[in-house]
Formats: sequence, C-alpha cells, structure tokens
Amino acid sequence: MTFDWKWDFALEILPRLLRATLNTLMAAGAGYAIAMVLGLVFALALRSPWHLPRAVLREVLEFIRSTPLVVQIFFIFYVGPQVGITLSPWVAGMTAIGLHYSAYLAEVYRAGIEAVPRGQWEACRALNMTTRDSYVRIVLPQALPHAIPGMGNYLVGIFKDTPMLSVIGVTELMQAANSIGSETYRFLEPYTLVGVIFLALSLPTAGLVRLGERRLRRKLGL
Amino acid sequence: MWDFLQTYGPRLFDGALVTSAQFVLAALVACAAALAAGLGRLSAFWPVRGLATVYIEIFRGTSLLVQLYWIFFVLPLFGVSLPKFEAGFLSVGLNVGAYGAEIVRGAIQAVPKGQWEASYALSMSPAKRMRRIILPQALVLMLPPWGNLMIELLKGTALVALISVPDLMFVAKQINGATFRSAEAFGAALLIYYILARFLITPAMRRLERVMARRLGRA
Repeated sequence: MTFDWKWDFALEILPRLLRATLNTLMAAGAGYAIAMVLGLVFALALRSPWHLPRAVLREVLEFIRSTPLVVQIFFIFYVGPQVGITLSPWVAGMTAIGLHYSAYLAEVYRAGIEAVPRGQWEACRALNMTTRDSYVRIVLPQALPHAIPGMGNYLVGIFKDTPMLSVIGVTELMQAANSIGSETYRFLEPYTLVGVIFLALSLPTAGLVRLGERRLRRKLGL
Repeated sequence: MWDFLQTYGPRLFDGALVTSAQFVLAALVACAAALAAGLGRLSAFWPVRGLATVYIEIFRGTSLLVQLYWIFFVLPLFGVSLPKFEAGFLSVGLNVGAYGAEIVRGAIQAVPKGQWEASYALSMSPAKRMRRIILPQALVLMLPPWGNLMIELLKGTALVALISVPDLMFVAKQINGATFRSAEAFGAALLIYYILARFLITPAMRRLERVMARRLGRA
C-alpha cells in the first residue's frame, strides 16, 4: 500500500464518522455528569471530620488517579458480571470514565473550597447556619469560580479519553474508524478524519476554556 | 489468589518489565520533544515557533489512542514503517511531550527577569545564557508538574497493548481471555501500575526535586 488519499472515499465515510461523533459527545457528556456529581461527593467526604475514612478515601482516589483508565474500563466491564452486575458496554464505560474523572474533579473542587476565605465560614457560624446551609448557600457558590478552569480542562480531557471506550465495543468515533478500516482495508482516511474531528472539537473548546478563565480572573480581580 | 499469582505471576512480571521499558523510553522521547518544542515556542524565528505550536496543538488536541493508531497504521503508508514496540513508546512520548512543552515554556518564562538581564550584562551568548543560567533555574520550577506528567505517561503506556505490545495490560487481557479470572487478572495489573506510580515514580521525582533544589542552593 502506498500513500493515496481518496477524497470520494473520505466523503463517503464522513457521515458515518459524524454520527459516531454524536455518540462520542454523548459518552463524554454522560461521563462528565457522573464525574461532576461523584467528584463533589468525594470532595465533601474528604473534608469530613473522621480521620480514618478520610485517609482511606484519599488513598483510593490516589489509586484511581494513578492507574490507567483502559485497565479500569476492562476491570469494570469484565468483573461486573462475575459479581452479578451485568453491564452493557455503555454503562460500564460511563461508570469507568465517570469514576476516573471524579477522582480528578474531587481535587479541583477541594482546591476551590479551600480558596474560599476563612472569614466566610466564620460568618456562617456567627449567623448560626447549619453546615449544610453554609456549604450550599455560602461556600460552594464562591468555590465554583475557582473550580471552573480545572473543570473545563477535565471536560476536554474526558472528551479525548472517550476513544478508550472502543476497547469494550462502545460504538464511538474510534470504534467506527476501526470498523471502516477492517471492512475496507483503508486506514489512512478514517484515522486521519478521526484526528481532524478531534482537533476541530477540542481546540475551540480548549480556547473557550482559556477565554473563560481569563474573563473570570478579571472579574474576580485576580 | 495465591495459586493465581503462582501460575501467572511470572507472566505479569514480564509484562511489567515491558511496561517499564516503554515508560523509560517514552519518558526520554517526551523530555526531548518537550525541551525542543518548549524552546521552539520561545524562538524569535517564526517558522520554528509555528512548527512547535503545530506539534503541541495537534498532539494535545487529539487522543493518544488516535495518535497511536495513526502512527502504527497510517505512517507505514508514507513509507515510515515502525515496529509495534517503537511505535508504542514513540506515540506515548510525543503525546506527553506536547503537554511537557507547555510546562517547559512556562518555567522558562517564570525565571526572574533579572537573571536574563544579568546574563545580557555579562554578554553571554544566547546558547550559553540558556544552558548555564536560565535552564537550570527553569528545571527546578518544572519538576513538580513533570512529576504529575510522568504518572500520566505511565498510564498512557497501557494503551500500547492495543497495538499488541506485550505489556502489563496486554498480559492481563490475555490471562483474562484464557481463564476468565477477570478480577484477579485486571486487579493484579491495576495494583502493579499503582505500585509503579506510587512507590517508584513519585518518590523518584520527589528525590530529583530535592537534589536539584539543593544544587541550586535553594534547599
């Protein structure tokens, strides 16, 4: 095989790849939603007053962060059925990606919460607010602006990690390119187009994140 | 569990060795690429700057898996045929190097202005200024983020299993396919990755940070 880019073939497979792109975006969105919620739970748990559970949770999150996402995807997909939870590739994939990124988002949230001045907490106590009220009404709204840049970066990150879902057969972009490749024995166009689609989506998003960050910093007077 | 380790321990160990080799080689590629592209981004010569920017944006804007498949399956069509082992560490290294380049650039720019001015005042050549004054100080600044990046690099090497490099992840997959003892196979792999990251790479980077800081008289 030599290098010959065929435009008509590229155009022919483009609709199929774009449809798969929708799946990729859905996977990224669903995974991110799980990660956002779970990350917040972890971040709050990391601030709980009990020493031992906190230390254990910190180590567990460290474990999740320092082991490869692909292996975690395989683990959840294959071990789930053996303990009686049959997971479809989609559910297993979303769980793995959501769990993986929740460990990162927990760190982002934690840093955001810690950036809220102590005086705010003291004021909450002075006003006799419950811990729950202090978090929901005073601390978290102020922590959010500090967390947004990190959250944006991990949104792009999660998007770029979705191709790993192809290993358990989730029909996202990479999987579509793989099947086109094995059907037609042409790899140049599908893989190149996948790269171009990723660039076309992640560069503007990353740019928006950077722009938002700059604007936020100005607004916060940093 | 014990009989599992007795039977498959040696194979997992071999896989871990391949993963370690991939890690070391990819780290070398990443350091070289990051330094070249990081310096390139600061070049006064615009084609160099443009080339570095294109490299960084392409490798940061797409997925490692896409890059790996592209280098392994598509590059041969351009006449560059790489064996899977080389394609593996090269892709991982180039991917991480693009992230590293931004760290290098940031660290160089963070060296205080006075240091640049002092080396101008001593009329050092640009190369000497970089080598003797700026880079050593930038190195201390870039080491902590590099530590995190090295963990990302280790995680990235797991993907080379998908082009059949017999690394830890590949061995775990094979054992799983042959025995269906998924919990043990992937669990053992996860634990080994964790041990490599937490008890080898992280302490080594911390140590390097301390040594470098001491050599600059900042401990």
